[in-house]
Amino acid sequence: MVSYRTPLGRARGLGSAKDGVGHWIGQRVSAVALAPLVLWMVYGVIRLAAGDYGFAVHWVQDPLNATLTVLTLAIAFFHMRTGMQVVIEDYVDEALGKSVLLILNLFVCGLAGALAIFSILKVAFGGVVGGA
Amino acid sequence: MVELALPKNSRVTKGRQHKAPEGAKKTKSFRVYRYDPEGSENPRWDTYEVDVEACGPMVLDVLIHIKNTMDPTLAFRRSCREGVCGSCAMNIGGRNTLACTHGWAEVPSKDVQISPLPHMPVLKDLVPDLTMFYAQYSSIEPWLQTETPQPQKEWIQSPEDREKLDGLYECILCACCTTSCPSYWWNGDKYLGPAALLHAYRWLIDSRDEATGERLDALEDPFKLYRCHTIMNCAQVCPKGLNPAKAIAEVKKMLVDRVT
Ligand code: SF4
Ligand code: SF4
Ligand code: FES
Repeated sequence: MVSYRTPLGRARGLGSAKDGVGHWIGQRVSAVALAPLVLWMVYGVIRLAAGDYGFAVHWVQDPLNATLTVLTLAIAFFHMRTGMQVVIEDYVDEALGKSVLLILNLFVCGLAGALAIFSILKVAFGGVVGGA
Repeated sequence: MVELALPKNSRVTKGRQHKAPEGAKKTKSFRVYRYDPEGSENPRWDTYEVDVEACGPMVLDVLIHIKNTMDPTLAFRRSCREGVCGSCAMNIGGRNTLACTHGWAEVPSKDVQISPLPHMPVLKDLVPDLTMFYAQYSSIEPWLQTETPQPQKEWIQSPEDREKLDGLYECILCACCTTSCPSYWWNGDKYLGPAALLHAYRWLIDSRDEATGERLDALEDPFKLYRCHTIMNCAQVCPKGLNPAKAIAEVKKMLVDRVT
């Protein structure tokens, strides 16, 4: 089909979304926050790997450890969502279901993050005693 | 948008061989992209063995020599032949640059391969269709916008403020940067590309302009601006040595400054 839309009309498209700076700041701030948190997390995991199950439960129940773990997970899943969003916007065409994928991305990251945080809280608040 | 399969007619076939004239002492072979969208043939690589002692040192000299003495059907754009007009931008040896300022001897490979600027529709041979590129440039409204009544003589600017336009105003709109940008390849219908954004920044920091807020509004968009991921191809290829990636980063910074 021949389009008689003028080039300027096509270049302007639907106009500016007047949105994007929030996403951009969020991506960078979460990256900055994750740098020390992930370092701390790696240290924690190394310690956990050396100890037994009881030690792990004890570790997670420590208020500072629990708080930092929840923060790390929340920020990591937020960062993952914003990053995946960029990848989808870059490479997926609307005809291939871009909007659906963007929503799916939100749901998957949200669900995975919520599950991870809930698991930490469950242990932290003493739900797991005998297990495994 | 990425397309994994090439559209029909896009396979470049082996083309014709044009031998060097009898008695040529020093020859160099140039593989040139040939395509006529109005014909039914696929694009092809034609090879020209050029008597390089009979022409000047730049790739444009060679192309003019080919057109004058070997094959008048070859199409390419040129005007100033001194890196000022931006007409002769093309991909030479895998790199976007100006044919008139790029010496063929600078290309390290044995054959010098010449093709049109990447990822643009081809009008013929080395002539790309830059309609959208120009429209995107005009969409950023590249002119002074003011509401204050026009002064008697002129809008004045301090030397310091004028200096802020250095590294921006020199752009000749050759499109080397924009057509080297992967983000522009995938989303060129919505992403404005480095050249248009460099000009957008040029007007954003012009001390005389009064439309800064409106200009920022028009740019704050996931596609128009934020498709730039600082891949830096643009800065690497700019034949005028400009840095569009830096200008784009400055625009992003202005948008942050606006909310913080
Ligand atoms: S820095 Fe931005 S504009 Fe330049 S090539 Fe990379 S994505 Fe494109
Ligand atoms: S910034 Fe450089 S490469 Fe891009 S259009 Fe201007 S002169 Fe050409
Ligand atoms: S002919 Fe003008 S820039 Fe090359």
